[in-house]
Amino acid sequence: MQFLPELALLGAALVIFLVSLGKTDADKMKTVAICLGITVFAATLFSFGQKGSLFYDAYKIDLYSQVFKTLIAGAMVVVLILGRKLKDIQKTVHPEYYLFLFISVLGLMMLVSSVELLSIFVAMELSSFAVYIMVPMRNDIGNYHFQMEAGIKYLLFGVTATGFMLFGMSYLFGLTGSTQLAVIMEKLSHIYNQPAAIVAIMMVLAGFFYKLALFPFHFWVPDVYEGASNETTAFIASVPKLAAVALLIRLVSMVNGEGQIIVNILMVCAVLSMFYGNLSALVQTDIKRMLGFSGIAHAGFVLLGILTFQISGYANALYYIIGYVVMNLACFLVICSVSSNGENVQIKDLSGLHKRSPLLALTLTVALFALAGIPPFVGFMGKFMLLAGALRQGYLLLVILAAINTAIAIFYYLSVVRVTFCSDPDNKDSVVSGLFTNMTSIVLLLIIVIMGVAPQRFVDFATFTVQSMM
Amino acid sequence: MDQLLINPNYPHILSTLIFLPLAGALLLLFVQNEYFARFWALGIATLTAILSIPLVRAFDQTSAKFQFAEQYSWINSLNIQYVIGIDGISILLVMLTTLIMPLCILASWSYIKTRVQTFMICLLIMETAMLGVFMALDFVLFYILWEAMLIPMYLLIGIWGGPRKIYASIKFFLYTLAGSIMLLVGIIWLYKTNNYSFFIPDMMWRNYSLTAQIYLFLAFFLAFAIKVPMFPFHTWLPAAHVEAPTAGSVILASVLLKMGTYGFLRFALPITPQATTLLMPYILWLSIAGIIYGGFTALAQQDMKKLIAYSSVGHMGFVTLGIFVMNLEGIEGSILQMINHGITTGALFLCVGMIYERTHSRELRSATGVGKYMPIYVTFLAFFSLSSFGFPGTNSFVGEFMILAGAFKHSIPLALAAIPGAVLAAAYMLRMLQKIVWGGTDNPDQSWLKDLNLREIITLCPFLFFVFWIGLGPQPFIDLMHISVINLLEQFHAHQGQAVAAAELIFH
Repeated sequence: MQFLPELALLGAALVIFLVSLGKTDADKMKTVAICLGITVFAATLFSFGQKGSLFYDAYKIDLYSQVFKTLIAGAMVVVLILGRKLKDIQKTVHPEYYLFLFISVLGLMMLVSSVELLSIFVAMELSSFAVYIMVPMRNDIGNYHFQMEAGIKYLLFGVTATGFMLFGMSYLFGLTGSTQLAVIMEKLSHIYNQPAAIVAIMMVLAGFFYKLALFPFHFWVPDVYEGASNETTAFIASVPKLAAVALLIRLVSMVNGEGQIIVNILMVCAVLSMFYGNLSALVQTDIKRMLGFSGIAHAGFVLLGILTFQISGYANALYYIIGYVVMNLACFLVICSVSSNGENVQIKDLSGLHKRSPLLALTLTVALFALAGIPPFVGFMGKFMLLAGALRQGYLLLVILAAINTAIAIFYYLSVVRVTFCSDPDNKDSVVSGLFTNMTSIVLLLIIVIMGVAPQRFVDFATFTVQSMM
Repeated sequence: MDQLLINPNYPHILSTLIFLPLAGALLLLFVQNEYFARFWALGIATLTAILSIPLVRAFDQTSAKFQFAEQYSWINSLNIQYVIGIDGISILLVMLTTLIMPLCILASWSYIKTRVQTFMICLLIMETAMLGVFMALDFVLFYILWEAMLIPMYLLIGIWGGPRKIYASIKFFLYTLAGSIMLLVGIIWLYKTNNYSFFIPDMMWRNYSLTAQIYLFLAFFLAFAIKVPMFPFHTWLPAAHVEAPTAGSVILASVLLKMGTYGFLRFALPITPQATTLLMPYILWLSIAGIIYGGFTALAQQDMKKLIAYSSVGHMGFVTLGIFVMNLEGIEGSILQMINHGITTGALFLCVGMIYERTHSRELRSATGVGKYMPIYVTFLAFFSLSSFGFPGTNSFVGEFMILAGAFKHSIPLALAAIPGAVLAAAYMLRMLQKIVWGGTDNPDQSWLKDLNLREIITLCPFLFFVFWIGLGPQPFIDLMHISVINLLEQFHAHQGQAVAAAELIFH
């Protein structure tokens, strides 16, 4: 029962594998995939209250992990729904695509439960390798092979980051003689200001920085976002970030706030992420690239919560990343619907969307204003709480720099809103969005507004969750 | 919480005023019919205006507390509350907002032809946010509404604006947002320093260190001076005014600009009194610069909307001048002048909008000599123009007179420097009036113009009524704010003494 979500995923992957052996109809395949996704989501809900540990204490089931599993499964279902047409992927490989998607999610779910270095590594690789294959699975447009380029870039950067992480893990093992996080945490508490410990921790964190797309492990983001199909990008941009934040919080809580050097390094990473992401996003014309860069900036904001080394800060980071995933999924929902054949969407392609599909235009506008941190949406509340938490710790300069970034970011979000809402369609076709898509977008909209207007319950729950993990 | 006065006869009146337009806007989301949208929005705005009238009747003029207060906890983990209330400083602005909104909707009746529902939704959400800003007593609530207002205003300019709407709307948004970013940091700092509370009245009259006060004041100043707009932060204003649709211009001029000066009165003075004393001279001279600059630029405009926009810079210069001379006449005059400017400039923008609807041009040249064919129109225009430059008997005369009286009390050179502004105002307004009414020998053919219809006359009449009411009998308005202003000044002067000593320490 404790292992139910993972088993469900594994079972789903096996079913899809069996299906992939025969000739399948793409339409049926998508129905099967969505049904399986919902089953997995139900399984995570079913195992919500479970507690325990498995595999010789390498795998921990607690509220913290189960909350993240539910979130991951929920995000996966949304990705399955918004990308159910898989427009830019050959019909013959649809089963394989879903197979890898489920396997990757399996890896991510295992990741949030892992409390031992080796299991972390295995889970991380499982999730990454599946995505490495998903990225190049896109129709070759004009023989440029740019999906291949994206795949190779993703792979190379991923492998490098993994290398760093493994190296760091070996240091941790050498310093503490254990691969159990609990033991490491205890032994490390005496030496976290030693150079060896700092190097070890930073190297391990590098692996998660890569997943979260934080400076200086962000270089893959724009090209992969652009090269991968819209559906794949929607997945990469949302689901792995949840797991990355989950593990980042677990790992960082090893060091307490007195590890001043690590705090400083994290601060520098956060600020550079924000500036790099926001400044680069200013000049993008491809909306996926823009969202990629904005994702780098948002990762910096998440770090703002983590580097306070307070339970409230972790809770804020958790709240923020949930909000970010919802906002991001809302954006990708629109992108996937607007792109008629699965091609990349330029910002100018969105012109007159308010006429072509009012609901999608509203969704995109709300999501972008939320990403920009304009009240009353979730993005503002998240940012506000992160800034308040950081200032509570006395990081005034950091808060000012982060605030300045909010002002920079507004420009590029606004330019997309301008195109969607304030320009005429110029004879562009209207966008047809099915009932499923409409319902999903309304749900996402409601979450964005409710989390922003009444954040109390969510924050309380996030705090409770983080506390249960400590 | 003893700064709050709960009025048992009207327990939820302020919340009703805030949420009624929002509820109306939400319903419009599901409506496809344009005619229904117009009538519905007008009905909601009128209802809000009627509901706001008891505020004035039940307002206790002998108390400086925040009245009609409501308080609910909202976000416990951060100690954010939903607290609202109004005092003598905000009540007139609240009334101005509620009364002007139905007229804005009436003015857009035939002006807005496309996407009417969206337009009305934006207007109603604007009303919610503006009322909330003037009523909020929790800093986060204030900030949320202050920022949230940008979205509907951006859409108003960006969708229904003129040819350069993209430039104007983005400039408006960026300026305002960039300005208020540091305000957010300041708010969080105050929260940390005040025992983790966002309750605004508790933040006032504390002895923060002078350095902190100066930084805070600068953060406030950046946010509010952009909103006012004070010279040299005014450049977004002409662009936004010129491109916005009539209703947008009216809201901008009548209500949005007041938020800056309201911010100074509500936050800068009570929270950072010492820094205010220290930096007062610079702000006073910036106000003078605004008055003169606004006057001269307005004199050179060929575009009627631009002319009025620059005249706003000058008029708002008078308002900030009155606030920072720090005496009773000055502050009362500037609160009154905020209302006056809202009435007069709003009406002038409506007048320009009416001409624009007919000629589709804002050029002064194409509107010359209409007096012969539109007698009713030019009558209205004449009264509003006279009011704009403070002709005795109109509302602005009272306001400007009080501000200048305050300025003379404070320093004679300062007051003398402001006088040319008043002269300039007469020059540019009379120039515009003369051209529109009579023009010259080369007038375009205006014989096809139709005079105002009944709807337009109904729209303008309330403005005219208030022009003369405030001009001839301003006492009821001053009575409303009197105690609050006296209270503000008493507290301020009690804290000022320390600042003077500190200033001497710094400069000597």
